[in-house]
Amino acid sequence: MERQAAYLRNALFDQGYLDEQFLQLEDLQDQANPHFVEEVVKLFYTDSVRLIQSIELTLKNTPRDFEKLDKIMHQFKGSTTSIGAKKVKKECTQFQEYCNVGNVEGCIREFQEVKQEHAALKRKLENYFQLAREAR
Amino acid sequence: MNLGVNSMSVTTSSASWKSDAVSDQFPAGLRVLVVDDDPTCLRILEKMLRNCRYEVTTCGRAEVALKLLRDNKDGFDVVISDVHMPDMDGFKLLERVGLEMDLPVIMMSADDSKSVVMKGVTHGACDYLIKPVRMEALKNIWQHVVRKKKNEWKEKDAEQSGSVEEGDRQQKPTDDADYSSSANEGNWRNSRKRKEEEDDGDDKDDSSTLKKPRVVWSVELHQQFVTAVNQLGIDKAVPKKILELMNVPGLTRENVASHLQKYRLYLRRLSGQPQNGLGNSFLGPQDSGFGSISSLNGLDLQAYASSGQIPAQSLASIQAAALGRVTNKSGIVDQRNIFSFDNPNMRFLDGQQHHSNGKQVNLLHGIPTNMDSKQLAALHQSGQPFGNTLMNVHSQSGQSNSLLTQMVQPQSRTQMLNEVGGNPVLNFPSSVGQPGLSQAIPGSVFSRYGMDNNNVRPLTYTSLSQPTSVVEFSRSQGMELSGNSIPLTSNSGIPSYTSKGTTLQEEVNSEIKGSRGFLPNFDAFNELSQNRTDTWDLQNVGSTFETPQHSNIQSRLDVAPSVLVQPAFTSDHRNGHIRTTSVNKAAFSAATSLGNGTNFGQQLTPSHADSALRIKTERLPDMGFQNSLFPDQLGQDDLMSTLLKQQQDGLAPVENEFGFDEYQLDNLPV
Repeated sequence: MERQAAYLRNALFDQGYLDEQFLQLEDLQDQANPHFVEEVVKLFYTDSVRLIQSIELTLKNTPRDFEKLDKIMHQFKGSTTSIGAKKVKKECTQFQEYCNVGNVEGCIREFQEVKQEHAALKRKLENYFQLAREAR
Repeated sequence: MNLGVNSMSVTTSSASWKSDAVSDQFPAGLRVLVVDDDPTCLRILEKMLRNCRYEVTTCGRAEVALKLLRDNKDGFDVVISDVHMPDMDGFKLLERVGLEMDLPVIMMSADDSKSVVMKGVTHGACDYLIKPVRMEALKNIWQHVVRKKKNEWKEKDAEQSGSVEEGDRQQKPTDDADYSSSANEGNWRNSRKRKEEEDDGDDKDDSSTLKKPRVVWSVELHQQFVTAVNQLGIDKAVPKKILELMNVPGLTRENVASHLQKYRLYLRRLSGQPQNGLGNSFLGPQDSGFGSISSLNGLDLQAYASSGQIPAQSLASIQAAALGRVTNKSGIVDQRNIFSFDNPNMRFLDGQQHHSNGKQVNLLHGIPTNMDSKQLAALHQSGQPFGNTLMNVHSQSGQSNSLLTQMVQPQSRTQMLNEVGGNPVLNFPSSVGQPGLSQAIPGSVFSRYGMDNNNVRPLTYTSLSQPTSVVEFSRSQGMELSGNSIPLTSNSGIPSYTSKGTTLQEEVNSEIKGSRGFLPNFDAFNELSQNRTDTWDLQNVGSTFETPQHSNIQSRLDVAPSVLVQPAFTSDHRNGHIRTTSVNKAAFSAATSLGNGTNFGQQLTPSHADSALRIKTERLPDMGFQNSLFPDQLGQDDLMSTLLKQQQDGLAPVENEFGFDEYQLDNLPV
């Protein structure tokens, strides 16, 4: 169990899903807060939902308010950065670039990528936490 | 974890800055306030800081953070704030905290672009962290606290003169609370008492420790500060002189010095962002504004003079005051902003009453809208003699500060008015038996000055919140200002003014009224100048005023103050000069409108305050305009036209910007 959890964790890093910020989170976990990392990740996913919804909505309105989109995405990106979600962050940056040049299709496409990565990471992390909990 | 860096030179200080218990564990126990709208980041930061053994308080919203800071004046050592927040710009928060609480603020953001980081620097941030924030970065934030204290102490040591300092220095922690509160609340009495009671022989070594009573720069205090700075001239304003001018017991030179530093930064920032976006139109072209203001002032004064109401001398003083006020304004503005969120100062007004005259602090204080209905009524009544008061006001060379104070005390008001800006004109209140009116005057005084318009706004803004009494006042006053017709005359019975131009009268009236909301007037004034509302005609002011009123004045007199503000703003900044005029008007209108629009709604919109602040700063740099103002007086005709022009321009915007409401109509000490 433990080995599996560790394996999964390492894979996440190797495959670029997570970066060193995640390590910072892990460092913060201690006896007083044994599930800190999981807590924070949960918090992230709960909070990011509204941001994603907000972007969806804004993307639907025409003409596209790129400034607003960029602003929301900036917030979303800040969150993803703080948990070390590397791939998601990359897609966010890409999205912002499309916003800057006013590329609507680019934005829409890129947003799909963002959501996908966001969901993919969630699944992986959930698996990992599950294993880690069982291993303890 | 063991931060263990007690090797710092300020070991002694560190020991003293925190309660003894943790002194030897410094920086453990450092009280940090973290503000970030992102709950994920907030949680992570909280944990990191806890791991550093700091005492953490988290906040998801800037407004809440400000409230926390205000409610616990000495409760935090450092603030960490995110730059991009939905309810308030992080930089704005930074400014407020810096001016109001004098705490080190660290900015954070995922944005690492040079421009944003630069903005942090210019706004006075101690540090700028790029997200994601690492533990290592947080571990060292204590250095900012130490550094700040060290600088303050250094100044104190250097200055070590003046009884004020002594008294201040020696204050013990317990005193700090008093000190802070007194500073804030303007319980001068308390501070005075404390000072007397305190033994001068207190150990001065306290100063060497970090533990220094934190001064809370209340609106009033700030107003005094600004007045003093204006009087000295921004270039010549040195802490020592400012301290002397302010004459605040318990205030040390270091306090003033650090505040001055911030103030200068603020001004510089404003001047660096001219025209813009401060968001408040009232900034208006500073330079030009000043000139116009002077002209306006001159005009007003002259008008008044001609009407026989205002002694020529007063005019000059008023103008001077107006000029001086500008600089003050900025200070006030900041205050205002700060206050807007919380009107602890409201109470101050009550206390102020005693102080009055000469207590510049009162001015600001008075703004808090704690006006009781009684006060309002008093104001109301006093409104009648208003006309007389106006006259008196002139004679008194009080300063605008006095105006504020006046608000607190009907009688003292007149004096206060004079004191505030040194504008005699403002002294209306003295004779005004009516508390209400006099209150207004303070406001108007400001406006006259025009200087503080910018600043005033912020101040007033907060004070407005306490318009309760104010509102009544206006009502009782029969200020039908509600609209353009500034019925001030009704109360003030300043018929003679009318001859000069109804505007004058209105101005006077509004001014008087403005006094209530002292703060607002200020802003209004500034704004007015900016907007150029030369318009003498109060009516405009009144009308504009009304609108904005709601924001702040909850039906209190506050409205009046806002009125003042409004005219000024509308024209959009920078017409510092004009502002003065308009401000008066605004005040006037405010007063009148109060009657009408009692329920303005208190929130002047903090944004205004902010912008007012900003605008002010821009203007302030030119404190020298005082000189320029006078010369302008000569050209009455020109002034007249400018005024009129301004009026037209400026009336409108004032409205919401001012947000007087808090102004304190309540404070009218009926």
